This record gives sequence, structure tokens and C-alpha cells, in this order.
Amino acid sequence: MKSLIWIGITTALLASTVKAESIDSILSHYAESAQTETSSFGGFDAGRGKALYFKEFTGGKKDTPSCTSCHTKNPAQSGETRAGKSIDPMALSVNAKRYQSLKKTEKWFRRNCKSVLGRECTAVEKGDFLTFMKNS
Amino acid sequence: MRFKTLLLTAIFVLPVHADDDYIQPIADQTTKDECSACHLAFPASMLPKASWQKIMNNLDNHFGEDASLDAQTTQHITDYLVAEAGDTGFWSSKFLRGLDSQSPPIRITETKYWIREHRGISDAKWKSERVGSKANCAACHRGAERGYYEDD
Repeated sequence: MKSLIWIGITTALLASTVKAESIDSILSHYAESAQTETSSFGGFDAGRGKALYFKEFTGGKKDTPSCTSCHTKNPAQSGETRAGKSIDPMALSVNAKRYQSLKKTEKWFRRNCKSVLGRECTAVEKGDFLTFMKNS
Repeated sequence: MRFKTLLLTAIFVLPVHADDDYIQPIADQTTKDECSACHLAFPASMLPKASWQKIMNNLDNHFGEDASLDAQTTQHITDYLVAEAGDTGFWSSKFLRGLDSQSPPIRITETKYWIREHRGISDAKWKSERVGSKANCAACHRGAERGYYEDD
């Protein structure tokens, strides 16, 4: 009986480690893609992520030239959509609920990179951005 | 006797649901989650089917933003909005009064009913920090998420 319980606990633990996604597992995913993208890839950089966050682009939609248009100049603060809805902070330090799903992360990168930059972001850009959020 | 009481109760209770300020909010969880990520999940009855189809066919340029979703989610939301649209039931929604069915608007704020209900609201108020956008219903209609659009 005891051994059965242990088997159950171990299985549950294993299942949870396999399934859970975190900012680190998402970053490793982007690191793998970045290596195939650029052979000279030397790791992500929070400074480059910060520059990306603040940069004003002209290729995207005119109402959203920068990440800061909706997320404010401080990622640890709540932002606001153009329709007046509050956006939870992006910085991991104040919002542990973020970056728990690669699928969700990809969805928002795809949409928001197109809205702001006018194109999809590269794996390096995504990884830099997340590294900045991890350190913010 | 019991039947009579029930009947009487019904007469008093029913008009609450027919309240002019109440508009059935989005009940489908996926639709609610996706739409309300950026704005109030506007009730389906505020636009006719053709409008929702136009909107859902153009999500990658959604009022100035890319709001695209995967094909399966897009289809699910489209089906729900079309099924619950303002021109679905026997009685059309009040938002559809006087609309050109050949070229329906994609903005609720362009329906005659919405315009009439919001006449007299100054430009300054729309542009104020609290409101900022005509899509920000909840700034004044505090109960909008629950379907209540009484005045502030």
C-alpha cells in the first residue's frame, strides 16, 4: 500500500515537472530557435531587451509605435489598452502570473510585434525582451 | 392559490429582466476571455450577424491593432457571436434600429441607437483621462461587465 502511494506521488511530481512552463523554460525554447536563426548567437541580453521595449517604431500600426504605448515606460506598472482596459504589469518581479505558457507568450508576441514593429519578432528579440522582464 | 401567487410573482419579477438598461453579456468563456483581454466583451446583440462576420474576418487589423487568433478559436468565437447577434431572435435588438443591412457598421458607436443614447456627452468628457475612448463603456457604466448600462 505504502509503495503504491509513493508511486502515485512520484508520478504526480514527474507529471508536474514535465508540464509546467516558466519564464526559464520559455527562454530555453527561444534560445534553441535563436541558435538556428543566427549561428553567432551568444545568449540573450536584458539591455537589448530594454532598448527594444523603449524603441519607437514606424513600421507598425500608427497608434502603437512602441511597447510603452500601452505598457507605460515602467514595466513594473500597470498599463492600459487603447480601449481603456487595465493591463497587468509585465515585470516578473511584480507579476508572477506571467510567462507560464509558451502558447500564450507566442500569441501576444505575434500580435503585438505586428502591431508595434509591423512584423513578427525574431527569437533573439523575444528572448532579449523576456530577459529584460525577468530582471525588471 | 399557489398558482395565483406564482403568477403574481412572475408579473413583478419578469419586468426586471426586460429592464431597458440590461443587455445580456457574453456568456461563452472563450469569447469572453479573448475579447476582454483588451476591451469590454461587447454584447453580441449590439451588432448584427454581418457585422460580427466582418470583424472576425479582419482580426489582424482590428481597429488599429493585430488581434489575430488561431483558426479554431476564431471560428468558435465567430459562431458564438453570430448565434447571439442582434438580428438572431424574433425581435431585433434595439441597436439594429435604422441600420443599413447591406452595409452594417463594424463600430457599435456608429449605430443610431448608440448615438442617440450618448447625445449630449461633450468631447471633453470623451477625451478625459477617465474615459479616453468610446470603447471604454465601463468608465461610466460601472455595471457593464455584468450587463447593466445604467448611467453613472
